[in-house]
Amino acid sequence: MITIKSAPARVGARIMGIGAYRPTRVVTNDEIAPLIDSSDEWIQQRTGINSRRFASEHETLEEMAVLAATEAIADAKIKPAQIGVVLVATLTNPVQFPAVAPTIATRLGIPDPGAFDVGAACAGFVYALSTAADMVKAGSVEYALVIGAERMTDVLDMTDRGSAFIFGDGAGAFVVGPADFNGFGPIIFGSDGSQAEAISMTSTWFDFRSGKVPEPPTLRMEGQQVFRWAVSEMVGVAQRAITAAGLEPKDLAAFIPHQANNRITDAIVKALDFPDSVAIARDIRDSGNTTAATVPLALHALRSEGRAPAGAPALLLGFGAGLTYAAQVVALP
Amino acid sequence: MNTEEVMREMAVILDEVAGVAADQVAMDKSFTDDLEVDSLSMVEVVMAAEDKFGVKIPDEEVKNLRTVGDAVNFIVKSA
Repeated sequence: MITIKSAPARVGARIMGIGAYRPTRVVTNDEIAPLIDSSDEWIQQRTGINSRRFASEHETLEEMAVLAATEAIADAKIKPAQIGVVLVATLTNPVQFPAVAPTIATRLGIPDPGAFDVGAACAGFVYALSTAADMVKAGSVEYALVIGAERMTDVLDMTDRGSAFIFGDGAGAFVVGPADFNGFGPIIFGSDGSQAEAISMTSTWFDFRSGKVPEPPTLRMEGQQVFRWAVSEMVGVAQRAITAAGLEPKDLAAFIPHQANNRITDAIVKALDFPDSVAIARDIRDSGNTTAATVPLALHALRSEGRAPAGAPALLLGFGAGLTYAAQVVALP
Repeated sequence: MNTEEVMREMAVILDEVAGVAADQVAMDKSFTDDLEVDSLSMVEVVMAAEDKFGVKIPDEEVKNLRTVGDAVNFIVKSA
């Protein structure tokens, strides 16, 4: 039998640098509320959101991703040319093809990398990150760039009482590279296609194109159904990821869940009984739910507050449309 | 469990999950209008009730549970 050579595997991989881009315009609840017959208090009570950022015409998906990635590459102290693969988690690429990853890579000055988009909605960043970590560990690439970027305003109906107040725009990025220790615990991920309708679009683009529906499709969410799924299922997912990494909740320095709703975070934190020593990311307060960008944005915020000690373990948890979920313990950069 | 027992347990759940005072809870009270239980708290109340009474309350059924009495009757019937 012919022997097929494999790339030399590495001891480990780790997150080496992080970056974020938040659009300039701050949008308060008071600005959103009149369109949905609501109030600042109502929105805060249901979500924990005080404000979010909305991208301007010039803050395109590509632009935000490039700016977040530029910071992450500088933070990792590497050169763009060293990056072997670029993964972009997003559900708001304005075209169905081509993927946005190659264009972003070219703009960053990364010559000839592997580049592709990852479509797992709010879990997308954690899916992409674990894929990147596996590629580095397997020896497929030396450095990987992982980006989560969204312009949710492009797919929102600002008069929809079920979703308009929740989402925001932004981008975050991690650089993953080789390490002489293991910087990633086992990924715990999964999906439930029977609940695909829980977060989806009001119609297909094809129905709009053929004139079957008068308006272009927008995001639609069964809030109660998603809330129930998240609160009942994500506790177990988080616990499994912690156990798989050989740790207990008290061993973590930080918990960085997808910023879907503070009340989902509250329920998970309560069920896992995290001690006060575990920093809980609450970036939703100032960023809203930025879908695939929440996890890197939330870690970025936590680190700038001095609450993400380098080298310490943190649990990342993503969950959302699909339905999809992914959780992984990582060593903080 | 009979109606009275379920009602008593529901009052405990409403207090724990949604901060509703026990003396506010009555069969004819509307969750949203009278007790100010919002849609997400309602989900938490339903999940707690499922645990407590060992019943299954599907999402499509939750929409029909307008009053405490609706919920109590559903649970008594299903348990």
